Amino acid sequence: MSKEKTSFVYVTYIRSTPEKVFEAIIRPEIARRYWGHENVSDWKPGSTWQHVRADEQRKVQVVGKVVELSPPTRLVISWADPSAAADPASYSRVSFEVSAYEEMVRLTVTHDELEAGSGMAKGIQQGWPIVLSSLKSLLETGQGIDVFAKPKTASSVDRS
Amino acid sequence: MDADKVFKALADPTRRKLLDLLCQQNGQTLGRLCEHLDMARQSATQHIGLLEAANLVTTVWRGREKLHFINPVPLSEIYERWVRKFERQRLSLLHDLKKELEGE
Repeated sequence: MSKEKTSFVYVTYIRSTPEKVFEAIIRPEIARRYWGHENVSDWKPGSTWQHVRADEQRKVQVVGKVVELSPPTRLVISWADPSAAADPASYSRVSFEVSAYEEMVRLTVTHDELEAGSGMAKGIQQGWPIVLSSLKSLLETGQGIDVFAKPKTASSVDRS
Repeated sequence: MDADKVFKALADPTRRKLLDLLCQQNGQTLGRLCEHLDMARQSATQHIGLLEAANLVTTVWRGREKLHFINPVPLSEIYERWVRKFERQRLSLLHDLKKELEGE
């Protein structure tokens, strides 16, 4: 029996060019500055890609394939937890659409074919808004935001 | 896109309810949303229009259905600009106070 699926659509407007927004997604040296992760692939349709934490451990946190690629307007990738990579049913799908919008770029991220209520669905709901506002901040001001920031400051204050 | 539009869109109980409804279940049609609202379809459309203008709601056509999705990205920007900055300041004040009182 197939499980119930859910989808999310995230939109942000960025004062930048479609080329820069597209590169920010696929080029590791840019992605690490706003995402804290790198998306590593040779970016050819059918190739694999990995979402790698940009620190010393280099933990692979998401794996998938490049489904569709037409720079600088469209990228579709499949998306799964590495521990479930062997199970085709565990893959969801992420589509990036980049279009010029007046003086800006409209970036739409659609994450669909997600299992409703799953850990992955909950995780991405927290993740995408922060990642996209950090991307906007990086491209508009040169600075990303700390995507890992949690009320960590609070606990370090408590302990001191 | 524009913080003024976001604050204005949030400054209304019906529009906040619409966001809550989409948070419970994302990707609903106008008809479904209206079932939970005590108002004419036309008024609901206006409220949704303001949410869309603030980029808090985005729509996608699936066949003949227009589905509404909550878009929390502008809220994340507002949080970053108007909440987190002041939290940091408050936390460091607490930290200083604690140091002072405990004679650290």
